[in-house]
Amino acid sequence: MRVPLSWVREYVDLPSTETPESVGERLVTAGLELEAVHHVGDDVAGTLVVGRVGAIEELTGFKKPIRWCQVEVGPAYGHPDTPGVRGIICGARNFAEGDLVVVALAGTVLPGGFEIASRETYGHVSDGMICSERELALGDDHDGIIVLPPGTAEVGFDAGPVLGIGDAVLEFSITPDMGFCLSMRGIARELAHLYDAPLRDPGLELVELPAPVAGTPHECAVDDLVGCDLFTMRTIVGFDPKAPSPYWMRRRLSMAGMRPVSLAVDVTNYVMLETGQPLHAFDRGKLRGPIVVRRALTGETLETLDHVVRELDGADLLITDDRGPIGLAGTMGGLDTEIDDDTNEIALEAAHFLAPAVAHMSRRHKLSSEAARRFERGVDHVLAPYASARAAALLLEHGGGTYVGMTAVEAAHEPTVVEMAVDLPSRVAGIDVGRVTVVQRLEAVGADVADAGGDVLRVTPPTWRPDLTDPADLVEEVLRLGGYDAIPATLPAAPAGFGLTAAQRARRRVGRALAADGYVEALAYPFVGQADLDALRFPADDARRRLLLLANPLSDEQPGMRTTLLPGLLATLRRNVGRGTTDVALFETGAVALLRDGQGPRGVADPPRPAVTARPADEELAALESLLPAQPLHVAVALAGSRTPSGWWGEGTDASWADAVEAARLVADAVGSGLEVRRGSAPAPWHPGRCAELVLDERVIGYAGEVAPKVCETAGLPRRTAVMELDLGALIDAAVEVVPATSISTFPVAKEDVALVVDDSVAAADVETALADGAGPLLESIRLFDVYVGTQVGEGKRSLAYALRFRAPDRTLTVDEVAAARDAAVAAAHTAVGATMRS
Amino acid sequence: MSAPNKSFDPVEVAVLRPEAVEAAVSDALGAIAAASDLDDLKEVRLAHAGDRSPLALANREIGALPPQAKAEAGKRVGEARGRVRTALETRQVELEAERDARVLVEEAVDVTLPYSRRPVGARHPLTTIMERIEDVFVAMGWEVAEGPEVEAEWTNFDALNIGPDHPARTMQDTFFVGTEDSGVVLRTHTSPVQIRSMIDREPPIYVICPGKVFRTDELDQTHTPVFHQVEGLVIDEGITVADLKGTLDHFATAMFGPETRTRWRPSYFPFTEPSLEFDVWFTGAKGGARWIEWGGCGMVNPRVLRAAGIDPDRYSGFAFGIGIERTLMFRHDVTDMREMVEGDVRFTTQFGMEV
Repeated sequence: MRVPLSWVREYVDLPSTETPESVGERLVTAGLELEAVHHVGDDVAGTLVVGRVGAIEELTGFKKPIRWCQVEVGPAYGHPDTPGVRGIICGARNFAEGDLVVVALAGTVLPGGFEIASRETYGHVSDGMICSERELALGDDHDGIIVLPPGTAEVGFDAGPVLGIGDAVLEFSITPDMGFCLSMRGIARELAHLYDAPLRDPGLELVELPAPVAGTPHECAVDDLVGCDLFTMRTIVGFDPKAPSPYWMRRRLSMAGMRPVSLAVDVTNYVMLETGQPLHAFDRGKLRGPIVVRRALTGETLETLDHVVRELDGADLLITDDRGPIGLAGTMGGLDTEIDDDTNEIALEAAHFLAPAVAHMSRRHKLSSEAARRFERGVDHVLAPYASARAAALLLEHGGGTYVGMTAVEAAHEPTVVEMAVDLPSRVAGIDVGRVTVVQRLEAVGADVADAGGDVLRVTPPTWRPDLTDPADLVEEVLRLGGYDAIPATLPAAPAGFGLTAAQRARRRVGRALAADGYVEALAYPFVGQADLDALRFPADDARRRLLLLANPLSDEQPGMRTTLLPGLLATLRRNVGRGTTDVALFETGAVALLRDGQGPRGVADPPRPAVTARPADEELAALESLLPAQPLHVAVALAGSRTPSGWWGEGTDASWADAVEAARLVADAVGSGLEVRRGSAPAPWHPGRCAELVLDERVIGYAGEVAPKVCETAGLPRRTAVMELDLGALIDAAVEVVPATSISTFPVAKEDVALVVDDSVAAADVETALADGAGPLLESIRLFDVYVGTQVGEGKRSLAYALRFRAPDRTLTVDEVAAARDAAVAAAHTAVGATMRS
Repeated sequence: MSAPNKSFDPVEVAVLRPEAVEAAVSDALGAIAAASDLDDLKEVRLAHAGDRSPLALANREIGALPPQAKAEAGKRVGEARGRVRTALETRQVELEAERDARVLVEEAVDVTLPYSRRPVGARHPLTTIMERIEDVFVAMGWEVAEGPEVEAEWTNFDALNIGPDHPARTMQDTFFVGTEDSGVVLRTHTSPVQIRSMIDREPPIYVICPGKVFRTDELDQTHTPVFHQVEGLVIDEGITVADLKGTLDHFATAMFGPETRTRWRPSYFPFTEPSLEFDVWFTGAKGGARWIEWGGCGMVNPRVLRAAGIDPDRYSGFAFGIGIERTLMFRHDVTDMREMVEGDVRFTTQFGMEV
């Protein structure tokens, strides 16, 4: 909302000491959001004079037609040789002898630092410039120079006031509850509160119109008195379609951000800006039969002013005539009945439409108009006849014609009454707001306040405040007008809490552990598409291709929600490598969306929508929950390049499958849960020979290892990129909440190393499990410390060397006991996986 | 009194003569002083204090002396050996100290050699700033509540007094899941977590709700379709605007230091009434202290309380929300939203483990 300050000053007197900025800041304290303050013409320096074009000499022989004009500029500004007149060269053609124009004289500096000087051009000395709006940075109009309508100003006078130079425009965002501030009237009302000044309300002054002459005003009827509880139509005949809008109106519309079009359109826009009442002017000559307001019938269509043909449905509220729809009520008019250059009979509609009806249409047709913006926020429901009288008067004044009268339909209106305990503002604010103050402030916003007995007030909000429906709304008005600075700050005492949950603490530990281990956290977008999954070579039937789809994705390439963190994480890895960080280790924790059994990618057609008047029943809540996909928390890492760099200290290590597996163990340790690493299946994108299953309680919850070479190729990843992803939520659920302590034995440790030869196909994890099982309770720890492959153990075999530590809780172990335990361990490994002692 | 046996007079035994003893001591002390390292000293010790040393040999002669001569000779030799021993010990300590000092010099290295073997990791500053905020509130006894990112429209809009045709729905550009009528959206704010908290918990409720939210903005310098919010919710008896102001004052001070001030303006949110926006006076701003728009807040709309099954006649509450990206941007002078989104490790590692 752009507010020319001079316009609102017509309705409220502001102290002369106030600057545009200070007025803007005041309005911020009332709840408006100040976006900008524009100073009109502040980049023009020097004098602009009103001139009248005298003799025009057409110069020919140049690339374009040029005019040599004698411009009357008044005795003070004329050339010494031609008293009161200056000769000026002008390339525009939209003016004639006798027209009033704006002249910049030599010495005046125009926007962009362009200084006007007398100069020889086209064979004459041009002694100034005839200005266009664009040259003065007042508007975009470049149809030609400014031509002021006759009588607008006196020759030789300062053109500044006519052009609005020195005025300021305050630009605000208006929150949906302050629809009344989408008008000068509403802004002026807020200013009147803020400066404690009287308001001259332009809204409810009924302009006197001439008595209707003989003739029939256009007829109207309303079928849906709920959707439209007031409809008025004033008819004017004999209107001059060529009559221009007065210059002051054009300037104000421009400053308020609307483009001047024609008198009839400009007047409806002007009165809307002034009062907040949207109006629509029909070309009466194009109407066929009476206007009827009704809901649409299925199958009807309408081509709106923006040249879009719209399919209508029963929720659309229409303006119709005998031919059918001619406008979307309060939203946009139809093309067929638009005002044009020949319109000489006007039917002027002013009505009150139900806010939700307009909001629905606006949303359904994705159509936002100035009218809809106001109706969906709520328009003063008695304003229509006042506003249309004002508009009719302006049309008659500037466009001539005859007023034929008004037709109207009105539903009985039940005023909203809100009962509010008089101490409610005090209880909400936490300070004492006395009864007198409460009543005063409610009356200041225009409400009618009566005593309902006891300590309850009966408040009838003003007609222009349809947003005031609840006691809480009235509380806001009372507190807002008092200012929130008046309320002190106190700190409420929360009951003793329990801190973070175990799961929340576990998530923090995982992040810290991975970061401490050299991984950098990424927060990738969760949007994916099938092409992303193709690049990772997911098979066609991969469950991770069952994406939950967005109805309105930002990109058609990525219309779904991720089922795995890998596409986003690998894209981040690729970006880092591309920017020269070739040694990179990343991690991410985040939710994925997995369709549950029976859920489709497009959701259900008719979802439950419980009422909001009370807590939904548990079944209703369960039904809402069932709409949602499973959203487990995953953790993933991806790394490439060097894991540790080479340096003066020696060789570094390359990132590998082993780092990915180690990351999984690190996560499990950080969470405090068990995690088993197994040889097993290897889904895409992993290398089938270099992928570990991550198993929790016999359930595979993730994978770790190297990305398959072909995937690195298709996905543009460095060779040997390694990744891990697991279901972190499952891991956290399985974490031991309270760790039971085992007492520490202080008896001496006995160490035994064993080297076992096994087939290549035997997993080290299985060897270790068998050894541990066989060693029995005396085994304190077991660690693989060497792997040997070579001629000494033979083809297809490898040697695994383990360090075993034995200890008893209650005694020093004898040599025989230790040997027996070791032998039992080896025997168990032999039985389980065919391991033999390396000779 | 018989005359002493001349042949056994100690002065008659050459090595026991005072001059001889003194000469032996003098030799020994000279050798000790001359010993330049511990190995030398070891040889000196053998030569001058060992079993074959002159003083040791002299000592042996004492036994053969007549009793009346033993005492004098014994004292003389004993003192001499004592002086040698002391000198040896002193020199031993000196030489050990010299050796130790030399070792330290010899073993010196260039400790400024860059030793950067350990890869450097980091947590994302958006994560750590959210945790920091959580900690501020947990310290006051609040709890951290969470909810799903793919959320029911009812919880994201309807229950928050944002009806199907409410203008606020168009203010928030919503990602609809499936179709526009599926009843499921990507949550546009963390406010549905407030609804869930009210439905699942009994008052008094003091919760903070951090999380990821979604709006259909293209990524540019100041917008991102995926961003983070922290909202707070209090439901208790007798909660007032004053409580809201006090809580947010404390929050602002915790985040921006003791010089921080707050400023309050009326605003509009469907789920709070009255609604306010608050600014903080941020003294750390680049180019000098200034007011920064920080977040929105207000008293929970009684309609919202009713939808969540809380009796508005008994309980009242307040809610507030701030944007995490925005907070990080002005607190740390991050000027481009994309840096927080792209995951370039050079950006993230600046912040380390805590912000």
